[in-house]
Amino acid sequence: MSILTVKQLTKQFGGLIANNNIDMDVQKGSITAVIGPNGAGKTTLFNMVTGVYQPTSGDILLNGESLVGLKPHQVAQKGISRTFQNIRLFRAMTVLENVMVGMHTHLRSGLFHMILSTPLMRKEEKEAKQEAYRLLQYVGLESLYNEEAKNLPYGAQRKLEIARALATKPKVLLLDEPAAGMNPKETAELTKLIYDMREQLQLTIILIEHDMKLVMEISEHIIVLDHGEKIAEGTPDDIRNNEKVIEAYLGKGATTAS
Amino acid sequence: MKKWLNVLEKNKRLQATVIGMYIATTFISLYLAQKSVVAFLLLLSSLLFLYFTSFSNRVKWVIGILVLSVLLPLAASQGEAYQSYMEVATLVGIYIAMALGLNIVVGLAGLLDLGFVAFFAIGAYTYGIFATAQANNFMPFGHYPLSGESFWIFLIIGCIVAAIFGVLLGIPVLRVKGDYLAIVTLGFGEIIRIIFNNLDKPVNITNGAMGLASVQPPKLFGIEFMYPSQFYYVVLVILLLTIFIVRRLEYSKIGRAWKAVRENEIAAQAMGIPLVRTKLMAFAVGASFSGMMGVVFAAKQTFVDPTSFTLLESITILVMVILGGMGSVPGVILGAALVTILNLQVLTELTNWLNQLSLSGVVHIPDALSPAKMQRFIFGLILIVFALYRPQGLLPAKNPRFDEKELKSGVTNVADGKEGAKGVYFNG
Repeated sequence: MSILTVKQLTKQFGGLIANNNIDMDVQKGSITAVIGPNGAGKTTLFNMVTGVYQPTSGDILLNGESLVGLKPHQVAQKGISRTFQNIRLFRAMTVLENVMVGMHTHLRSGLFHMILSTPLMRKEEKEAKQEAYRLLQYVGLESLYNEEAKNLPYGAQRKLEIARALATKPKVLLLDEPAAGMNPKETAELTKLIYDMREQLQLTIILIEHDMKLVMEISEHIIVLDHGEKIAEGTPDDIRNNEKVIEAYLGKGATTAS
Repeated sequence: MKKWLNVLEKNKRLQATVIGMYIATTFISLYLAQKSVVAFLLLLSSLLFLYFTSFSNRVKWVIGILVLSVLLPLAASQGEAYQSYMEVATLVGIYIAMALGLNIVVGLAGLLDLGFVAFFAIGAYTYGIFATAQANNFMPFGHYPLSGESFWIFLIIGCIVAAIFGVLLGIPVLRVKGDYLAIVTLGFGEIIRIIFNNLDKPVNITNGAMGLASVQPPKLFGIEFMYPSQFYYVVLVILLLTIFIVRRLEYSKIGRAWKAVRENEIAAQAMGIPLVRTKLMAFAVGASFSGMMGVVFAAKQTFVDPTSFTLLESITILVMVILGGMGSVPGVILGAALVTILNLQVLTELTNWLNQLSLSGVVHIPDALSPAKMQRFIFGLILIVFALYRPQGLLPAKNPRFDEKELKSGVTNVADGKEGAKGVYFNG
């Protein structure tokens, strides 16, 4: 069953065609990777799905419902969450607060509850705190909960972005180069985390990644973009042996490696 | 010195003794030496020391309110200078409330507003127009001025009108960011002042540059509020309410949303925070405190004219926020108090003293160099010094600290088992 469908999606920036007629069908509960050389339009695709950019033409459907025209916060409320290629944490806020911001749309108490600090609101806040702490435990950052986000080491910042994205209770999670800048050990941990999230939290995960070992290891479906066009898609094995992909992105060594 | 401070930090009883003695001494010296500005300032600064003690918040609040509502007025009440002390204290209160309002916009939501005094003006004019005969000029029904009892309703009306203008300003203005936002709000502040200055034709609404004179004094249970010592209590109550609300909002979902928008707009949106609504909320809440204090200001001065709402006022309020520490409620209170007292007390006292010196022929200081006229220069200096040496302000903003015990007391651990993960979080 497909959860996210992208139909003939095109984005033009003036004369530059960043995405051209992209079709994509993401199965519920799958891990899908979007790969391709730099400038291929991968992040543009993510930005259109999350409402940061509006597509020039085409449609994006989440469970059959169109997301085109929605603002980013509305898309988030529909159940799509994401992390960013260049880390975008709330740097001056604590780690726990960062995760709590992710719960914003799930906290119901209004202005008067906040001012009067009603029992309802206090209960909700307390639950939110505990939930945030559990999410930090889940990604392994619980000992740093009172630190300011900007003081975290790089790998931890990437994990915090994932915890924050999980806090919005997404159906689909988009990870934009989650392993960028990580060392092999951190990458291995991340690979396990991504796998676990799918298994334990019933998430559908779409990721952009340049680390082919990670991509080939966990994704069931791979989409290859080049110059804004989809040049191939299929299972890791299909992609590894696809002539076009080897030429455009993987290089000759890929068939023999891994 | 450091050793002593360490001892003091650990011993609560010692703290209580020291602060009690301090309050008592300053109280008695202000009580006996009536004209002593120093004693007045020392008594006020007991609140700052109180802030640094390690008592529980509730104890701090009780002592603070006791000092402000009983001791300070009582100590100052023994001489001719009573009303002038209360006047200063009242103005300090008004500025603190405004600075707290601006702090929401600038400090929490990160939207630089250089025209904030406009909301103060809107509040002042809202009451000024209806509490003088002015409203007769354009209102087809009713009889004006309204009686002094209406003041209490106008506190709410002023608050709402300012909030509405906050939203109206916000809708077009929030399309621009950063420096551009600062310039546009600066323009808005000036536009409001110029409109009030010129709205005497074709229909005379604000009485133009002449201003609105003899605004009705507020009335409660037949008592007319005429003196600063009476307004002092009105301001004190509103101020306490403001601090209460600001603190509650800061540590709630909306406070987190404001900070998130300040830190990173794109990420905040991706977390489901509606950008425009959150920013408008900051503008509206910030403006409402300012509007409320505008009503008090109009009633206290009994006179409203556009010259009270110049760009310099907006800058002054911004200086208070930056000096105290952007986003920090205690900091902003301290900043506002310092700047107001510097303006009203220190500079004027210094000028008087220098005048006396030059009268008695000791030194001659030209009039153009009198400290009261150096206000802008001094603000500029303060800003430069703080930007260089203490960019976070006097009492920098602190993030809420969470208690590990409370965090851990939640139900099952997500990492412990798959069932926990599903059941606890992803059910909702």
